[in-house]
Amino acid sequence: MEQNFQHLYDMLSQVQGFIYPNELDLQWGLLIVLYPYITGLVAGAFILASLERVFNVKVLGPTYQLALLTALAFLLVATMPLVSHLGHPERFYEILMTPHSTSAMAIFGFVYLWYLMVVLLLEIWFDYRQDIVIWSKETKGFKGRIYKILTLGVTDLSPSTIKWDDKIGYFITVVGIPSAFMLHGYVGFIFGSIKANPWWSTVLMPVIFLFSAMVSGIALVLFIYMAVSFFRKQKIDMPALDSIAKFLFYILVIDFTMEGLDQIHRIYEAEESFEILFLLVHGPLFLTLFVFQIFLGTVVPLISLGTLQLYKPSEKIRKIIYLSCSLLVLFGIFFMRWNVVIGGQLFSKSFYGFTGYKLHLLGSEGFLFSIIWVIIPFFILAFLLWLLPPWKKVGQHENN
Amino acid sequence: MPPQLKRLIPLFAIFIFLFLAARSFLVPKSFGEQGHYRFNSIAENKEKAMIYAGKEACDDCHSDRIQEMETDLHKGISCETCHGPGSAHIANPDSIKPMIPKGRDFCGMCHSLNPSRSKLVHQVDLKEHNVTENCIECHNPHLPCQMKK
Repeated sequence: MEQNFQHLYDMLSQVQGFIYPNELDLQWGLLIVLYPYITGLVAGAFILASLERVFNVKVLGPTYQLALLTALAFLLVATMPLVSHLGHPERFYEILMTPHSTSAMAIFGFVYLWYLMVVLLLEIWFDYRQDIVIWSKETKGFKGRIYKILTLGVTDLSPSTIKWDDKIGYFITVVGIPSAFMLHGYVGFIFGSIKANPWWSTVLMPVIFLFSAMVSGIALVLFIYMAVSFFRKQKIDMPALDSIAKFLFYILVIDFTMEGLDQIHRIYEAEESFEILFLLVHGPLFLTLFVFQIFLGTVVPLISLGTLQLYKPSEKIRKIIYLSCSLLVLFGIFFMRWNVVIGGQLFSKSFYGFTGYKLHLLGSEGFLFSIIWVIIPFFILAFLLWLLPPWKKVGQHENN
Repeated sequence: MPPQLKRLIPLFAIFIFLFLAARSFLVPKSFGEQGHYRFNSIAENKEKAMIYAGKEACDDCHSDRIQEMETDLHKGISCETCHGPGSAHIANPDSIKPMIPKGRDFCGMCHSLNPSRSKLVHQVDLKEHNVTENCIECHNPHLPCQMKK
């Protein structure tokens, strides 16, 4: 009891103005910030891969498999922040057992399963099938046994079968693009459809989430490609790196414009919630919105990458700029999610006050526990790169 | 049909079959009977033993106390609000006695200073007001306007 009172007094000391009693504590913390962040990285990485496969941007070839494996590594943990946020995580499957058509979250479960099973796993399997069969014959021991299982018993490497791998893989990528859009468009929809919250309720939200997802996913692949090349002591394919950076710049321009449009619309409309939102962005969100998201995460990368479209300095300088930009974009998009999720809960729906959010270090919603879900995908990716190294691939898909 | 599809289609069919099989085990039997919920949960909740007896049950033996309370600010508050569930006490009046709360925190649940609380409820800053004594040493909880000391 004493602890509860202490917590109540601590929280009350953070309140400004008038709030309703149920607005004192934020129900969605860092874990819910990570959920759209990680899902966005998946969608973005996949869309970058599809540029090479469907839109035939051949210069991106060296990053195609890396982008797919990155998407898979992050997709495998994408739901974990949500599940670990539940009071009863062991009941997570119930939403899939008895889905309701009015439950967006239940539909997400199926979109997620579709994306994992039908899009990513199949696309990677078809892309690697020829290599898996070869590796299963050449490799001994535990790794060899994994390859044998992964062949699913299909060891036929005749030209017609390999051609089928290519055709079906291409078809799955085509289906995968709208699937990736749905996956992340849905995450935006979950926030955009909450009409009681003026910071979230905008039809542009799915589009904004989608473009920010593409930006963060491309930045992640850019970073991972540079990191993997560094650890493997391999020379970076500069045309590929320049092209990824060019796409990052283009999508960043669209993303920034979309978010700008949304804010201009909000400012011009100036609904009754405008005053509190104005105070929100100039008060509790000032640092995370203006400094982290807009200045460091968007304006600095935009200017840097934009300059490189006109002027090409030496490879070494370009690499440093690309590395810095990718990290800044990843940092900025994280705070974009933060500003949406946390920002939307900081102001009272009475529009007359604010509550506060204190991120704890320990506990199930704390920083240390949450950061695990960001670190684990890198270990999964390391395992996937050990199992399915893109640099050892024999089979390459043809132009479609 | 290419050999890959010959293998993948049955695998996906098995996956879907396993999902449906798991669903038939995991979804409760009465789910969806009357709506999107487990219908038997209503009957199960009805079967639970009552632990609160209600103010009328207290009135059978303690009518003097209830009438006394009606004259002061705590009128309308049920006995079980402070003394806890009373069904067990009514079943065994001699062996099971209701709870008698004495601590400052208990009174503080309604009366501690809280800016969001209605002004109609008398509020006290527990950190300042007679911190060494329990509330009931001075205040009569049944007749809060009357002081013991």
